[in-house]
Amino acid sequence: MDGGQGLVRPASTWLYRHTTARLLALLSLPVLWVVVAYLGALATMLLAAFWTTNSFTGAVEHRLTLANFRTLVEQPVYRSVALRSLGVAALVTVVDVLIALPMAYYMAKVASPRARRLLVVAILTPLWASYLVKAYAWRVMLANGGVVDWLLAPFGTHGPGFGLTATIVTLSYLWLPFMVLPLFAGLERIPDPLLEASADQGARATRTFRSVVLPLLFPALVAGSIFTFSLSLGDYITVKIVGGTSQLASNVIYDNITTGGNLPFASAAAFFPILVMVGYLVAVRRTGALKEL
Amino acid sequence: MRTRRRTSLVALAGLGLLVLSACGGSSSGSKKNAAPAVPKVPMASSVGAGEGQLNLVNWAGYAEDGTNDKTVDWVHPFEQQTGCKVNSKIGNTSDEMVTLMKSGQYDGVSASGDATLRLVYGGLVAPVNTALVPNYATIQDFLKDRPWNSVSNQMYGIPHGWGANLLMWNTKVVSPAPTSWSAVFDASSPYKGKVTAYDSPIYIADAALYLMRPQPDLRITNPYALDPKQLDAAVKLLKAQRALVGEYWADYTKAVQAFESGNSALGTTWQVIANLITADKKVPVQAIVPSEGVTGWSDTWMIAAKAKHPNCMYKWMDWIASPRTNAQVAEWFGEAPAQRLACDHTADKAFCTTYHAADKAYSDAIFYWTTPTTNCLDGRGNICTDYARWTQEWTAVKG
Amino acid sequence: MLTTTPRRVLAAVMGLGLLIVYLPLAIVLVNSFNSSRTFAWPPSELTTHWWSQAWLSTGARSALRTSIFAGLGATAVALVLGTMAAFAVSRYRWFGRESVSFLLLLPIALPGIVTGIALNNAFRVAGTGFGLLTIIVGHSTFCVVLVDNNALARLRRLGGTLEEASMDLGAGVWQTFRYVTFPLLRSALFAGGLLAFALSFDEIIVTTFTAGAGVRTLPIWIFENLFRPNQAPVVNVVAAALIVFSVVPIYLAQRLSGTTSTH
Repeated sequence: MDGGQGLVRPASTWLYRHTTARLLALLSLPVLWVVVAYLGALATMLLAAFWTTNSFTGAVEHRLTLANFRTLVEQPVYRSVALRSLGVAALVTVVDVLIALPMAYYMAKVASPRARRLLVVAILTPLWASYLVKAYAWRVMLANGGVVDWLLAPFGTHGPGFGLTATIVTLSYLWLPFMVLPLFAGLERIPDPLLEASADQGARATRTFRSVVLPLLFPALVAGSIFTFSLSLGDYITVKIVGGTSQLASNVIYDNITTGGNLPFASAAAFFPILVMVGYLVAVRRTGALKEL
Repeated sequence: MRTRRRTSLVALAGLGLLVLSACGGSSSGSKKNAAPAVPKVPMASSVGAGEGQLNLVNWAGYAEDGTNDKTVDWVHPFEQQTGCKVNSKIGNTSDEMVTLMKSGQYDGVSASGDATLRLVYGGLVAPVNTALVPNYATIQDFLKDRPWNSVSNQMYGIPHGWGANLLMWNTKVVSPAPTSWSAVFDASSPYKGKVTAYDSPIYIADAALYLMRPQPDLRITNPYALDPKQLDAAVKLLKAQRALVGEYWADYTKAVQAFESGNSALGTTWQVIANLITADKKVPVQAIVPSEGVTGWSDTWMIAAKAKHPNCMYKWMDWIASPRTNAQVAEWFGEAPAQRLACDHTADKAFCTTYHAADKAYSDAIFYWTTPTTNCLDGRGNICTDYARWTQEWTAVKG
Repeated sequence: MLTTTPRRVLAAVMGLGLLIVYLPLAIVLVNSFNSSRTFAWPPSELTTHWWSQAWLSTGARSALRTSIFAGLGATAVALVLGTMAAFAVSRYRWFGRESVSFLLLLPIALPGIVTGIALNNAFRVAGTGFGLLTIIVGHSTFCVVLVDNNALARLRRLGGTLEEASMDLGAGVWQTFRYVTFPLLRSALFAGGLLAFALSFDEIIVTTFTAGAGVRTLPIWIFENLFRPNQAPVVNVVAAALIVFSVVPIYLAQRLSGTTSTH
């Protein structure tokens, strides 16, 4: 045994006897971390939302006001941007579920173990290619006469061009692995005999899926949706690359902080995604989905 | 990078104060309205031997040392010649540059717009003894003693380069050739959906510039000094324009691509974009200064008031203004060189002609970027709209 | 359990999905040979010029190094804090247990721009300045939960009986962790760590707000260079190279976690 034994042993024994001390030792760092480094920062920023900027010097004035929130609520443009962002995030999530579900099902329940491993690698690999580069690749594909137009030409139609549709397509593409992986993990956990039993009872595949698989898979589904929804809600770059003239909630935050230098207003605007995500998390907390991430 | 740099062009005077004072929480000086006095900072009277080091704050692309492209390197030759080792820090915004300069660790900065005046009035930079910069003599005369680089005919820096925001169109699609910005603002434009515009609140100035002629009763004299009524008029014009716009652009890869694929056929651009498209030979384009004039930028190298390596900084200012180096920087970055003799050293012999580098009338027609502040830049007093307001209006324009 | 038709349909969807996933990547690869500086499509000429230029780009190499450091730093913090949190939550019953898991989840559930601005503001107020360290702090906020969740799932499955047995036999807390728990936990930690590293490696939004002026991670380098016509093609080369080289560690990771999680 090592030389530090003399010191380690008593401490170790003491810890063994004192459960609470052990717990506190384990908890202190992570809690300190999340409370101080994260929640502290978050609170400081949110507090700034109630301040204002001096219209003459542009300096932040520490005088409580609801003016920023009033602007956000009263100006119709912010309402439509908020609704648009929610819609985009929701649609991206739906598209990803629809594509990821059959893929994950195939990986978990149809493919051989060897193929399964290769498929997981195949899904993971694109995550290492830069997000920006992938978004730009979609820009090339969605441009006039690009690959999308060319693929759709035989069907007598053409691509959506740059705009909201293009944004949804691109975001769905970027976040797809984040949906496939939790679904795959969730499906892998459902024992095959359970599905066989359902089939033996005479249930058709669709029925088995609806009554057996889906309820068991729900937490995984929610876990995936937290990723796709939150990532879409927080994105301001993709919409600049393929969004044409569109803007989303994060653009409002970004523009006010970087070009406008208006921290109070940006913070007020940040309340929107925060409230949406916290509301969503609280709602799904009971499903146990939060353990699937 | 140009994108960030332009955003930065935009990231401003009063608002820089915001970031700076956000920490201290102060909002002092808010009642003052008179033009502030320029702090007395001594000017160098001679340049001695180099101090061995030089710390710069600069825009990306202004101090290339071959790390991005090994053929693009004007830092190492400078180091070999002067013994001054260059440590370059990229400033992404004017704000950041002013903050970095306040730290006192840097000897010089490539400042644009009115970051220059913030530095001058903040006492952060020293007047430049142009007699100690031999290459200053052949800087284009129309860039000397201008409002953004001098105070009372005392130069506070060495001009580096400049450029304009032009009107470009695809000559196969757009006919007849436009001569006015009305081409991108006219609600009945036949090119609906093919129009493109610069994606930044600063683009409001382009609309204000256009409004000067058709709406003289607005009395806009400076597109960066807009009172609420004038701002509303410009924003109204931009909201109407949005129906015509296929996409806004903010970086040049995007702009080039949009024109080459045909997604865009008409709109505001930079010379470098027009050149790239022409070089690719996919679509024919033409770029002009329309009859109303244009907006643009102009950058200046300034020396810190408390520079630890002033001799190296003077050497650098002379180096960057030297014909060969200035030509290299201008070509790499895509702007007009400030040095008249640089035009003999460009790799592309037509470079200066393309960029109108020697064209005084062309340069004078540019409304160089300045940060809008509540204190009107045209001297009307405290009735104008600031850049934070412009940012919110730009959100409203995009809808 | 499935009849042939649904199996075929699923296989077809899988194939189509992979096709969609890899089509843009193929375009990146082709564009890295495209002679046009702005990815004009279809390419009029092919060239290997960009590959040789990328090889010589010290900017890209130093950005790659920064990214690896940032990723390793954030992963290390996440491994330590995530494991501790997972133990606290799985091995003890206490008031507020659920809240801690919930709080750890917040940084990844809240959009990056919120985390980014909050941290940027906090660093400013605290006067810490910005550098590589601030990036690591920023990334680890959202990385902790990835390790925590992986470790938590494994700990729950293992139960506490082995640890109790070890301690009953006289092993200390540290010995038990080192010789009993850790070996069982290793693959879960590895999977969580790998995910944390991957997220950190391609993160741009939080990075934008927490990076020091002179510090460039690979995504920041890409962001700066993608929009410069002189450099955009080199970015494609870097991305293409990343895809190719990332297959190796991912495959190894898969094998490793696949063989150890079968017990």
